[in-house]
Amino acid sequence: MSRYILIQSKSPWESGDVGHFYALARELGERGDVTFFLVQNGVMAARIGASDAGLDGILGGKVRVLADDFSLRERGIEAGSLKEGVRSGAIEEVVDLLAGGAKALWH
Amino acid sequence: MATITIGIMDPPYESANTPTAFRLVEAAIRKGHNVNVFCYEGATALGFAGQKPHANAVHGASLEEEDHPNPKEWVKSLLAFAGEKNVKLVWCNCGMCVDERGVENQVEGVCRGSPVDAWKYSEASDGVLLIGTE
Repeated sequence: MSRYILIQSKSPWESGDVGHFYALARELGERGDVTFFLVQNGVMAARIGASDAGLDGILGGKVRVLADDFSLRERGIEAGSLKEGVRSGAIEEVVDLLAGGAKALWH
Repeated sequence: MATITIGIMDPPYESANTPTAFRLVEAAIRKGHNVNVFCYEGATALGFAGQKPHANAVHGASLEEEDHPNPKEWVKSLLAFAGEKNVKLVWCNCGMCVDERGVENQVEGVCRGSPVDAWKYSEASDGVLLIGTE
């Protein structure tokens, strides 16, 4: 099974492409092991109450969703205020996936 | 120990992508992996030795108080860190991109190559990540 690491650096409110990236993650999740890593402004959509149907559509499914702990701290977002299905994660987890041969995409 | 190649395209002072790229490189080195960084387009200015720190008149901070870290210092630190950890960090610039921008004077340890080198690095790596611009 192919492994993928998709890294989302933008919030859904700054780029219309973000929705397509969520959709790609969902479709890849049907065929492989997918980690979706939110970083920089990408973490904004992970807050409880943030209206983002695209992200909500992949939570609780086959895609593992992580939010970069550093980006969360920069923006004053507590790990406890993340939506169910999103876990705070470290950038080392991205390194581990790259070192293990996961296919990586950045948006 | 794995080998990871990371492509960077954003110029200094432009995007949060740059510190994230630096963080990835640092974390990979800390975990004992070899890293190839290929800088393309504006990212070739990250290691430009002519960068100068500055004071902050708005905050009334002197040069020393401001302690503004220029990207070239981060590049130097990462190269030094790789040496401490006994792993290989290749920091390669696209030569044509360097010439276009007149940033030939780079900090020690930065090399010059071409997209062919980026392809070779990628072929020989366990993982590859390209951090593109917009």
